[in-house]
Amino acid sequence: MSWLTPQVSAVLFAMFQALVILLVAVLLGAVMTVVERRLLGLWQDRYGPNRVGPFGSLQLVADMIKIFFKEDWIPPFADRKLFVLAPAIAMASLLLSFMIIPITPGWGIADLNIGLLFFLAMAGINVYAVLFGGWASGNKYALIGAMRASAQTLTYEVFMGLALMGVVALAGSFNMRDIVQAQEELWFIVPQFFGFATFLIAGIAVTHRHPFDQPEAEQELADGYHIEYSGMKFGMFFIGEYVGMVLVSALIVTLFFGGWQGPWLPPFVWFSLKTGFFLMLFVLIRASLPRPRYDRVMSFGWKVCLPLTLVNLLVTGAVVLLMAPE
Amino acid sequence: MELAFYLSGGVAVLATLGVITGTNPIHALMYLIVSLIAVAMVFFTLGAPFAAALEIIVYAGAIMVLFVFVVMILNLGEGAVAQERLWLQPRTWLGPSLLAAVLLVVLVASLVQGGAGQFISGEPISAQAVGGLLFGPWLLVVELAAMLLLAALVTASHIGRRPEVERWSESKGRRPGAGRGKGNGGGR
Repeated sequence: MSWLTPQVSAVLFAMFQALVILLVAVLLGAVMTVVERRLLGLWQDRYGPNRVGPFGSLQLVADMIKIFFKEDWIPPFADRKLFVLAPAIAMASLLLSFMIIPITPGWGIADLNIGLLFFLAMAGINVYAVLFGGWASGNKYALIGAMRASAQTLTYEVFMGLALMGVVALAGSFNMRDIVQAQEELWFIVPQFFGFATFLIAGIAVTHRHPFDQPEAEQELADGYHIEYSGMKFGMFFIGEYVGMVLVSALIVTLFFGGWQGPWLPPFVWFSLKTGFFLMLFVLIRASLPRPRYDRVMSFGWKVCLPLTLVNLLVTGAVVLLMAPE
Repeated sequence: MELAFYLSGGVAVLATLGVITGTNPIHALMYLIVSLIAVAMVFFTLGAPFAAALEIIVYAGAIMVLFVFVVMILNLGEGAVAQERLWLQPRTWLGPSLLAAVLLVVLVASLVQGGAGQFISGEPISAQAVGGLLFGPWLLVVELAAMLLLAALVTASHIGRRPEVERWSESKGRRPGAGRGKGNGGGR
């Protein structure tokens, strides 16, 4: 065991951590597809998938078998290269963002100084998945869906970044660990309530979750940008959406709810409990709210949320300057 | 870090060549996005992570999306590809590339003479340092840029405004609030 120097074992442990976090993120995304349908059934007074296995617990396996064995069809009128690339971008950009999330004091992949900006950059790249997927399909519904998606995502990304700047100003750092440490006495949900509210809205919109699922509105667009996708390529868009949901929940917990901090229980339990709460909230929002009209969504973003985040940032800046020593 | 610098620099050069020689507009734009991300990586290796993140967020994440958006709506088909191919004939690009080659020689010569023996290094510049500089010595430039952006914003809102007549007839004729709203993503 002479090769097992502290350096090598540190590298191996870091790789192991990265692998575990990657697998858990993907698996959690996959499990959420089933959990969501069961919960929707519960809240909407119907059964949901309950046939496969005891209480429908094996539904995930059935779904996976189906998705793997479907014919992976590429339409002859599609732009092949971009058609194949789009689902990969959708999945990869979201999974890469998990890199910056500190799960417990000892667990987390990268401790970047620009942590929060890295997430915003990856969210920016994620737009291309929908845009290219919709265009490469060569289908008018897919194109309209892609248009809507990119316009909506651009709108909501503008104030998503601004909503987070209040947190950055309070913590004095973009580093996620510093942000968690800064919340030792008071979670940022209290001083940054408007930041939290706007970030939650923007997070739902950027992952195209209900009620901001205009890009894939079934009634109008027949599924939007992924209408021509089948098999595993559709699966990547589909799971990617849930991975995005997990990511946004974990980010909300880290930025506004003190991350791993909490009394009595170990840090990991606190982190997963809080993240689970927000995952449930995402499902509950889908179960209870109708879908607004598209132009209302856009004008709500520009006329309500953007000014709100600007005022929030202004007030936060003033307070931080007033409270500063000297 | 040095290896990463040269690798991402090479990717940037190759991707930019792809932009110029590509015949399909969307594929060319994709190369441009790759090129921008590679340039961001170059910033990263030079110790400017803040600039790198902003490069991706602003250029690759926002501006290029608008480019792709517009090209998508234009629905360029085979005709555009044929036209691009026509423009790529040697007699079109020979003159400009000769002149550019002369400039390249000058650039390489000045680099070799000026900075021989220097290696890629640099201490990381934090976001705080960038902010301090922007709102310290360079405050005037920031304010000028802000005024320019404000002027652009006012202009855009003026151009994007619906004419008074149409708005009036809409409120009389149809139920209020119906019809195409502002900012429907250029979907028409």
